[in-house]
Amino acid sequence: MRHFWSSVCAIVWKDLKAEFRTKEMLSAMLIFAFLVIVIFSFAFDPGAQSIKQILPGIIWVGFFFSGILGLNRSFLSEQINDCISGLMLAPVDRAAIYFGKVFANLIQTTLVEAVALPVFIVLFDFSYAGSWLWLIVVILASTFGFVAVGTFLAALASNTRSSEVLLPIILFPVIVPVVIGAVELTKALFAGASISSVMIWLQVILVYDIVFTVVPFLLFDYLLEA
Amino acid sequence: MIAIIEAKQLTKRVGAKQILHGIDLSLESGRFLTIFGPNGAGKTTLIKILSLLTAPSSGSLVIAGQEVGDNAADLRKQIGVISHHSYLYGNLTARENLLFYGRMYEVPNLEQRIEEVLTEVGLEMFFNDPVRIFSRGMLQRLSIARAILHNPRILFLDEPYTGLDLQAIEILNSVLAGLKDQQRTVVMITHTFDVGLALSDEVLIINKGRVAFHGARSEVGSLAEFQDLYREKVGGKQ
Repeated sequence: MRHFWSSVCAIVWKDLKAEFRTKEMLSAMLIFAFLVIVIFSFAFDPGAQSIKQILPGIIWVGFFFSGILGLNRSFLSEQINDCISGLMLAPVDRAAIYFGKVFANLIQTTLVEAVALPVFIVLFDFSYAGSWLWLIVVILASTFGFVAVGTFLAALASNTRSSEVLLPIILFPVIVPVVIGAVELTKALFAGASISSVMIWLQVILVYDIVFTVVPFLLFDYLLEA
Repeated sequence: MIAIIEAKQLTKRVGAKQILHGIDLSLESGRFLTIFGPNGAGKTTLIKILSLLTAPSSGSLVIAGQEVGDNAADLRKQIGVISHHSYLYGNLTARENLLFYGRMYEVPNLEQRIEEVLTEVGLEMFFNDPVRIFSRGMLQRLSIARAILHNPRILFLDEPYTGLDLQAIEILNSVLAGLKDQQRTVVMITHTFDVGLALSDEVLIINKGRVAFHGARSEVGSLAEFQDLYREKVGGKQ
């Protein structure tokens, strides 16, 4: 078990080292998130009262769409020099490859969100008065669900010729519960409502996170073999 | 001698296509086996199965005295693979690539071992250079370093000479000779008859997913005699 987690850490280290050296994906994800912010700030009047209702949706569209860029790249980078075979030959349960990729993607996506969220709030002239702790919990839980299932489907899509087109098509229908839950929770927090009134959505997201961590753990070896 | 690789009736089917049809193979520890065969014969698929990269559709495989099953991950520690793909990350340096693979294989005294293998393949001057600037020959040399980093008992080589410059060929030959001296088991696929015969203790010819010939090097005679045997077994193709 110790070797399993040290292998997970090695994969996270390798992915982040390679990414921070070029910053190819991080910069693309950030630029995309900023473009979403700018486009929506032109499309909607930032000062309008209705912005509290639509801002959570805009934020999560920005997060998920920019996150897709990173997920797509996650396994495509392993196709170069057939590095995926090098990983598969390693003396460790292949679920370690999945968890290594999940944590590397989670760190990159969360970094982009941490930079983009304040920009969203400033550009839409919105003053947030809710609980920051709950907002962070909601963002982390939702992002984990998105990344957990997205990493699994990115591995599946990477074996196809049109993987960059295929991933969003197969991913978005599957993450609908996370999208709805994340938007509802964020909307409640932005409106200053108590989290307990929408706790059911947090429970849905947490159950989703558990299911989509266990299922890929069990199936990842078969997915790589296929 | 104990067989380090014992395969019985290995088959592999991908979709509707049957690639391997019941391969039987026994190889003793410390032997050098060279696999020959025409393109599409199933050589690479066989090596992928024997190196535990992929599972067979049916048949049994025993590696180092252990039947391959749920223990495949542990058994992979005894296996090294050099393919025509390098399995190396372009955005990492030579040292970082080996550091990564060393951690995956739990190599003890890793930093020291990395220096040793990089020196062995003549890349000690390129320790901190990103792999993306490496030539094909340098990539393959680093790939050799990656494959021997964890001192595997069995080394699989899939057409390792492809695209190598003279220096890289000499380094590969020296590494292979060293492995032979250390009584490591080596299984190599090559299309180059003279190189394959020069190194091998045993020769295997595969054709259409079946073993067409398996025998000791001494059984196949000279290069010309082997070429005749090969043509006879595969129907004139090389």
